[in-house]
Amino acid sequence: MQSLTTLWEHLSESPLLYLTLTLIAYQIGLYLYQKSGKKPLVNPVLIAIILLVILLLVTGTPYERYFEGASFLHFLLGPATVALAIPLYRQFEKVRKSALAISISLLTGSAVSAVSSVLIAWALGGSEQSFLSLAPKSVTTPVSMGITEALGGVPSLTAVLVIITGILGASLGPTVLNIVRVKSWAARGLAIGTAAHGLGTARKLQVNEEAGAFSGLAMGLNALATAILLPLVWYWIF
Amino acid sequence: MLFYLTVILLCQLIGEALVTLFDFPVPGPVIGMAIMFFGLLIKGSVPDGLSSVGDTLLSHMSLLFIPAGVGIMVNAELIQREIVPITVSLVISTFLCIAVTGLLMSWLTRNKSIGGHKE
Repeated sequence: MQSLTTLWEHLSESPLLYLTLTLIAYQIGLYLYQKSGKKPLVNPVLIAIILLVILLLVTGTPYERYFEGASFLHFLLGPATVALAIPLYRQFEKVRKSALAISISLLTGSAVSAVSSVLIAWALGGSEQSFLSLAPKSVTTPVSMGITEALGGVPSLTAVLVIITGILGASLGPTVLNIVRVKSWAARGLAIGTAAHGLGTARKLQVNEEAGAFSGLAMGLNALATAILLPLVWYWIF
Repeated sequence: MLFYLTVILLCQLIGEALVTLFDFPVPGPVIGMAIMFFGLLIKGSVPDGLSSVGDTLLSHMSLLFIPAGVGIMVNAELIQREIVPITVSLVISTFLCIAVTGLLMSWLTRNKSIGGHKE
């Protein structure tokens, strides 16, 4: 019989192992989330990430090797983004009626997110590297990584900050909106999509289709706005 | 099913191609979303097959963020070193963005009767 180490070595050569482990970790996350009575902080994605990091550290597996194996899931983010056109189309009438309100709210929210994150990190003594990586944190991963790279930040750090932001916005964002008494699905969706991109949108789609459509729209528009405006503002200031 | 999966991938592919050709600062899938949206506008309805493929992809979209999120292990050192500025900045600016966007949007659309709900 082969030793466990050789078995692991053998299995980890194909994507099967890491795909399966990622799905298992996510299922455990979902299970704990349901068990907790859907407490926002018992976030399935967060739990899955923690479990996988522990597993990789314990087995001494480099991240690159894991990512290569699980990259099929990462790839599906592309088609999922394209599919956001469907809820957007279904809610198009409502979106069209408030086009101006959407544009103003989105641009303001996007600026607030980027400017406040840089200012706070700078005031608390963060390095340039970290606040450059924080600035595009509300924008969906592929775009934000591109923006950070262009500005001279750390793309892989941005990816992580973007996902933490997404988890935070998706889980506690609704509570923030309850506190400031924002009630309409359109406004709630737009706010979550602007701040918490795809992770926020995924959550909104489960709650209400109208909120999901506004969220998906905000995510796409914020990617566009930040990608164009952030580098311009940055070079203008420095 | 397979036909509509092909359509979705094709939209993404065209999006990627346009981004590369014209040096757009936006990712291919976002352009792909726009293409699919205009396609739906022209068609005038969402075909059943497309709905089911789309809903499958979207219903577990958060799963798809896990591989990139595990990348936290590569950046643990930098995050640990600047844990206070990074955490405070991230939490406050995210909540601020949500509150400002939501309040502005609901104020600007206050005259339109859009149903209100709490979660």
